[in-house]
Amino acid sequence: MSLPAGKDHSAETDTAEAMETAEGGLSAVNMRLFAEVESVAEFITNAKAEIASLRADEITSEHLPTATDELAAIVGATENATHTILEAMEDLEALAEAVDQEVSDKINNSVTQVYEACSFQDITGQRISTVVNALQHVENKVKGLLAAFGEEFHAAGVERPATPKRADGKAERPDEHLCNGPQLPGNEISQDDIDALMGFD
Amino acid sequence: MSAVDMNMPILIVDDYKTMLRIIRNLLKQLGFNNVDEAADGSAALQKLRDKSYGLVISDWNMEPMSGLQLLKECRTDNQLQALPFIMITAESKSENVVAAKQAGVNNYIVKPFNAATLKSKLTAVLGQF
Repeated sequence: MSLPAGKDHSAETDTAEAMETAEGGLSAVNMRLFAEVESVAEFITNAKAEIASLRADEITSEHLPTATDELAAIVGATENATHTILEAMEDLEALAEAVDQEVSDKINNSVTQVYEACSFQDITGQRISTVVNALQHVENKVKGLLAAFGEEFHAAGVERPATPKRADGKAERPDEHLCNGPQLPGNEISQDDIDALMGFD
Repeated sequence: MSAVDMNMPILIVDDYKTMLRIIRNLLKQLGFNNVDEAADGSAALQKLRDKSYGLVISDWNMEPMSGLQLLKECRTDNQLQALPFIMITAESKSENVVAAKQAGVNNYIVKPFNAATLKSKLTAVLGQF
């Protein structure tokens, strides 16, 4: 590149020298960069080998589905047991009509307490559903990891999923962000708090 | 004498059969025997459009239509907009209560609840019985 008229020659020389110095500096930077990239590549290769040795495909094909099934079985078993308890209480409640009022009242009070206690099945069921959903998220992430690392160890047919809002694949509801299930102890608000929010005494 | 029609049809909505059974039994103890059931918001909405009910008691977290969606559907329906609606749910965050209130819920009961709470909320919505 020629300098505009009026610029002295020494300025052109200085620029050329400066460029050479810069190129030399960039080359050194490049060398360090290449070394870093090489190190990262080696790290990734080692990570792939370690992940392959973990048999991540087994996590998605066996472990997580088994855990999900076990939890579903818990929900089913508690539901059956709860229905049995409720049926027995309904029978007892019917029998209470045949005894004197004082005894009947005592039986009905006890039956009511059992009804109240049986709502545990709903609460535990919802908590377990939350855990199942979390497991399904983990399963999808592991599948994505397997797909991303290539053919050398990912199971045939495994697809890298788009990040779904719901792990179970069902359509998202408009109030999905409000469907969180029961709060963990300490995080929940009381009926009194709710009444206050509602504006009731 | 109670001003509340104890024979009015009540629709209870929950995806847990055990909860439907529990709420039905508690309502029976309180003197309400005319109780129908639905397993989610869409099934409930169909029943509400097919028959006249005096009260809806609904869970929130249901598939495919939630209790909040059901409530909103009711409040935009000329035939159902004044229908008393009680939410009974484990969703106990403040934002849930606020959202339900803004949607027009008449009362809100957090699970687990007891018979006394159910009775007091029914009285608040329907009047003394």
